[in-house]
Amino acid sequence: MGTNATTQAANAHLTTPARLTGAEIVWATLVGEGVTTVFGYPGGAILPVYDALRKFPIHHVLVRHEQGAAHMADGYARASGKVGVAIATSGPGATNLVTGIATAMLDSIPIVCITGNVSSKVLGTDAFQEVDITGITLPVTKHNFLISRTEDVAPALRHAFQIARSGRPGPVLVDITKDAQQATALFDFAAAKPRPYRPHPMLHVEDSGLAQAAELIRNAKRPVILAGHGIIESSAMEQVRTLAERAQIPVALTLLGLGAFPASHPLNLGMMGMHGEAWVNHAIQEADLLIACGMRFDDRVTGSLATYATKAKKIHIEVDPAEINKNIKVDVALVGDLREVLEQLLPRIPGRDGSAWLKTIDGIKGAAAVRDIKNLPDSGHLYAAHVMHDLWRITGGNAIVVTDVGQHQMWEAQYYHHEHPRTLITSGGLGTMGFALPAAIGAKFACPDKEVWVIAGDGGFQMTSAELATIVQEKIKINIAVINNGYLGMVRQWQEFFYERNYEATPMVSPDFVKLAGAHGIQGLTVRTRAEVAEAVNEARSAPGAFLINFKVEKEDSVYPMVSAGSALHEMIRRPGNDPLVESPDDK
Amino acid sequence: MLHTFVAYVEDLPGVLTRVASLFRRLNININSLTVGRSERPGLSRLTLVCEASAEAGDRIRASLFKLENVVDVDDIAKDPAVTRELALIKIAATPRNRAQIFDLVEVFRARIVDLTSESLMIEMTGVESKIEGLIEVLREDEGRILEICRSGKMTMRRGHHISSVLNAMGAGPDMPAEPPLEALEEGAAGEPE
Repeated sequence: MGTNATTQAANAHLTTPARLTGAEIVWATLVGEGVTTVFGYPGGAILPVYDALRKFPIHHVLVRHEQGAAHMADGYARASGKVGVAIATSGPGATNLVTGIATAMLDSIPIVCITGNVSSKVLGTDAFQEVDITGITLPVTKHNFLISRTEDVAPALRHAFQIARSGRPGPVLVDITKDAQQATALFDFAAAKPRPYRPHPMLHVEDSGLAQAAELIRNAKRPVILAGHGIIESSAMEQVRTLAERAQIPVALTLLGLGAFPASHPLNLGMMGMHGEAWVNHAIQEADLLIACGMRFDDRVTGSLATYATKAKKIHIEVDPAEINKNIKVDVALVGDLREVLEQLLPRIPGRDGSAWLKTIDGIKGAAAVRDIKNLPDSGHLYAAHVMHDLWRITGGNAIVVTDVGQHQMWEAQYYHHEHPRTLITSGGLGTMGFALPAAIGAKFACPDKEVWVIAGDGGFQMTSAELATIVQEKIKINIAVINNGYLGMVRQWQEFFYERNYEATPMVSPDFVKLAGAHGIQGLTVRTRAEVAEAVNEARSAPGAFLINFKVEKEDSVYPMVSAGSALHEMIRRPGNDPLVESPDDK
Repeated sequence: MLHTFVAYVEDLPGVLTRVASLFRRLNININSLTVGRSERPGLSRLTLVCEASAEAGDRIRASLFKLENVVDVDDIAKDPAVTRELALIKIAATPRNRAQIFDLVEVFRARIVDLTSESLMIEMTGVESKIEGLIEVLREDEGRILEICRSGKMTMRRGHHISSVLNAMGAGPDMPAEPPLEALEEGAAGEPE
């Protein structure tokens, strides 16, 4: 981190145009864009940039693999709402970013990745560590730039920030040749301002659309709001809540929408889709009106499209016109920023009595929904669902939880109840295993005062566990829960259901995670029974540094209910037998 | 159905790749793609013809708009428009059999633009069916056609038509001095922060 002197010097660059090297311009522009932390890994083609870092008040986090840098920038962006920044060298450094960039693309996360490239004179010659990274990342970025002139560095970077955060956010990559980093140009921050954000020409909400939507809402008997990630990106939490409360409409959430509507709210139904609760999916299938807010009818929330909510009219409020009628044909499309559209729509929505429909849904829920998992008898086994529930209870639901991908991710979504936006960070669209640990590091830098928990499976955790060293080097406090069942659990579950229990390549031998943590200088504990959970969690929370808990959970447990891929949303595989584990109507 | 997209794109390296890549990802073959300078400095105009379902049109147009370098997109579909293609056809022809080709060229209202002792070149502008008609007739004599070069379709809507986007940009053929995108400054929404 820079001293006061470097801060003053950097700020002076922003107001007084000066001749700087391209490398200095990179940092000066980042300072101007409000960046305080970047995540990266040095190498030959980006060395000029690293050499110039000491003159600028920006903290650089050295990662252990560039994929981690992209995920950290992503976690930083998801936790803060600001643009995250990752830096890598050319060639393998750049290609290692790709999974992280694609993860951000699929979940519409604003990050800017800066890569070095070989000198412009040798571009395209297969020079050492040269790769066509703008070509490679073209389909997984919102936009990318190949910069070979120093005077283009600042305008491209500023434009990259604007693209990343405008409209539907997403990742942008700026590839800068080494000679452009080394040469000098006049740095004029104000003059490098990009042209004003050009709203998509198809973004316009017509009065007739608003009137139509309002009428559909007024006349609906069984409406459901489908709440997605767009609510958080557009900061439309209040508007969605007002709509739900005024018209008494129940709210179903997507995985990335969790936190956009308070879990404790009486109108909150819970998560929809493949592993959504049964009553949520039934409510959607029975609905006569769906109001989709900032969600994209992903196949994981619709099941079979042909049988999806066939009785319902659909209103789609969405910022990206390319999402309209993509999967589900809608009756009214309101294309625009969600908050702005809802603000125009709300004055047309009168109060409404929704009690009959809410009562029907309560009926679908059955008595099981009011049973609290914490009251269930301890069978001596440790179930992941118990871990999630206890974590939620002990942390008061106030932690930022960063999950990996797989069974634990679904259990977390079911049992950790999120009241606030940006408290669940997870890879939804791409489903990137190995996301959790690095993304949590990014989230911790975005919110240093927040309690941050990583929840990862034994498989995904090993994909990026090298970042444990980053935690130690950076001296940050992150708590890690490894949900260890000795399998690639979600794949094993699919093998159990759809491949005649042929557990090919899913049993997994893992290191002793507590010793692995110990080797990094991180404390840890192994937990085998439910009785030990609370104590271990409390110990982790009160430990001064990072802490890892290895939860040895039931090996062959599955996530229920489940809509198998391509089935109708109401055709769910339910937990067999009388296992009193899951809150669902089947638990008798 | 056949879709015809007319787009204004920034005249920069890599822009065509971005446009083409969108169709590649959807596994849609591009039947023809014609690009050249437009009436606006810094902007190229392209006509892209492809086969895709009727419903795909809106989404392709919306996806094209999402590309940072694409300024405007129009889906002509079946609206009234003028479409032309240019073809250059090189024919093996000696002084002995030239006359017959001259007659053909006359019938098709094409032109001879190059003439040597062994070959000649025909230039023809027209709709696709007319060009294909000429090629078909020329093919009746085997081995006569040496080379064919076709431009792909160029399409322009009939009547007075200007998109709201281009209107907002202002800078048209009568105002070439303005840089192309600066005109957006006023009407456009502010930067989201």
